[in-house]
Amino acid sequence: MTIFNSLRVRMSQGKQFIADVRSAVPAGFRGRPHIADGACAAGCDACVASCPTGAIGLAPLSIDLGRCTFCGECVLACPEAKIALTPEPRMGGADRAALVVTAGAQERTQIRANDGLARLFKRSLKLRQVSAGGCNACELELNATANVNFDLQRYGIEWVASPRHADALVLSGALTRTMTDAVHLAWDAMPEPRFVVVVGACAISGGLYDGARGVERGFLDEVIPALYVPGCPPHPLTFVNAILDLLGVA
Amino acid sequence: MTSVLVHREAAAEIEVLEISTWRATLLERARAGLRPVTLYGRRDGDRVILTVVHQAGAGLVVSRTAIDPAHGYHELTSSLPMLHCFEREIHEQLAVRISGHPWLKPVRFEGLDQAAMASYPFYRVEGKEVHEVAVGPIHAGVIEPGSFRFMCFGEHVLHLEIHLGYQHRGVERRLLEREPRALAPWVETLAGDTSVAHGWAYAAAIEALVGHDLDPEIELARAVALELERIAMHLSGLSGLSADLGFLPGASTYGRLRTTAINTSMRLCGSRFGRGAVRPGGSGMRLDAELAALVGDNVRLLRHDGAIIDDCFLSARSVHHRLAGVGVLSPEMASELGVVGMAARSTGVALDARAPARGLYARHPVQVCTEPGGDCWARARLRIAEIEASLTWLEQVIAEPRAWTPRRSALPSLPPSQLAIAVVEGWRGEVVHCLETGPDGALVHYKAQDPSLRNWMALAIAVRGNDISDFPICNKSFDLSYCGNDL
Repeated sequence: MTIFNSLRVRMSQGKQFIADVRSAVPAGFRGRPHIADGACAAGCDACVASCPTGAIGLAPLSIDLGRCTFCGECVLACPEAKIALTPEPRMGGADRAALVVTAGAQERTQIRANDGLARLFKRSLKLRQVSAGGCNACELELNATANVNFDLQRYGIEWVASPRHADALVLSGALTRTMTDAVHLAWDAMPEPRFVVVVGACAISGGLYDGARGVERGFLDEVIPALYVPGCPPHPLTFVNAILDLLGVA
Repeated sequence: MTSVLVHREAAAEIEVLEISTWRATLLERARAGLRPVTLYGRRDGDRVILTVVHQAGAGLVVSRTAIDPAHGYHELTSSLPMLHCFEREIHEQLAVRISGHPWLKPVRFEGLDQAAMASYPFYRVEGKEVHEVAVGPIHAGVIEPGSFRFMCFGEHVLHLEIHLGYQHRGVERRLLEREPRALAPWVETLAGDTSVAHGWAYAAAIEALVGHDLDPEIELARAVALELERIAMHLSGLSGLSADLGFLPGASTYGRLRTTAINTSMRLCGSRFGRGAVRPGGSGMRLDAELAALVGDNVRLLRHDGAIIDDCFLSARSVHHRLAGVGVLSPEMASELGVVGMAARSTGVALDARAPARGLYARHPVQVCTEPGGDCWARARLRIAEIEASLTWLEQVIAEPRAWTPRRSALPSLPPSQLAIAVVEGWRGEVVHCLETGPDGALVHYKAQDPSLRNWMALAIAVRGNDISDFPICNKSFDLSYCGNDL
């Protein structure tokens, strides 16, 4: 009988939501890098050479999370084990410069709330996602923010189907040339006030496809994002925490 | 012996046939029941070299021809429809004249052709009451972009045309711009939901080129990552299909079970998508007694709770009524179109690169599943059966005590003038990577092929004769990759 099947499903399901998304740490996740204090060996650039996206700077050693794919090649390359990837997912930023991690940086990022956006959207925020060269990893993780585990809707934040209903445009992918018109159309269809969130290394900086033949990032020269969510792909907790920080939700 | 299908051949040894002989060879092989795995072209001076790869028994055979692109050749698609996407790609990438091709439309609009995106030559159905519905490139959900045009008579779909290319980043070009042994991060983003299968195909091709013998335990670690990816994406697909059906217990329960599957991958390799699980010459997978216990627990949970929701899903009349008989692909059409992977297996065709079993699959065989029917119901049932088969396989492998730490061997530079091909059965179907080096050992060609390239046409055909409201279910049941097509 279907009713008994449904009840069994309900019983097996139990409560799946993560009670405290603000402090949850995903075990095993390659997340926010930690850089040990102290100078590097003279002339050593092993980490820089190993990085697929040019995310690493020297003197002082720094990692740009807007380019980082969290592949961990630098961790293996460093002869002094100065770089480690921690499971910390909270690493979003409200401006591009905030994404650069150096030695002695905070272990987790707390983005300062944007008072203007918080006043408007703290209790209700509608998101329209557009993928423009995303590989479906960012898209799957953004979908996951609305599943029973992360349950973004509990904060009044929802994914909507039409840009006309949206407050924020959430972009993933390096921005392909062939999507340029569609991205502009989606943005133009959104009523003000509105803002842009860029998700993943590709959307933030071009990432692995920076300068690739099919990529055209002009849209982001015109519209400066209000929020940057690093990762390849970002963990749903990275996205959820960055949004909640920006809106000043406790 | 490697566990995945790998072929390596010195470029000089590959037979180069005169174009008419080459055409005749392809037709002859089709009559003999050989299946083309890929067909691609590469510019070489003022000539274009066409390479066709067939599966013959447990191995691959490669044949070439060299042609003048301006002169071109007479198409093969009319006789072998499964070649349509390859011939279109060759025409688009290399400006090869292909005379007589019945459907010479853009595959993805590469290079300068991108400016012509808005002028896609849609098929037209004429008639007073025929109307068109255009969808995309941006869709209503959190999903990749692509454009669909339905030619309808009322609610009835006469033809669906799928216009892709919006995801074209220029991946294959980029793969030639970087150190060939360090391409794993790019390869894992060819189709991000198939990171492990693409990663393994790439690594296997590189290992074949340099002649590296892999520790069987490393292959086993990769295979575990591959099956976790299959389980996770099948659960994801069933969750999405349930959502499109309005069957909410399935949407939420399959969704949270996927969380368990991808979190298992994250514990073993640091990524919910298996990124880092495969590197040329090694693996980033980690396993000790504690992690093995965790994998065991998660596999039991997936099996136990999975059986409960499967029962509910398969016995719900609303689900059966909505899926059965919708989006039918016949086995004849599937083989004519060269459909691969789960879309082929759900028409009853036992096509799976993990069989015939070689290497670790000979020691730990994985059950190849098929479902008759070819409709949305069959594709859903197949995914449920494949989850079950992969869980059984994982249970057997994890039952033996194992310990893995991330490790890899340093590989030598690639040898000159060699071709390597690797085929891995990803969750959608066969992933094919062909790498060729030039006289100086640098990569001169990288052909990466996602199963989506061949299967998109099957979706278009399956939707014919259905109602337009059936499309989301048909689309989700094939679950194809946009970026994987648009490389």
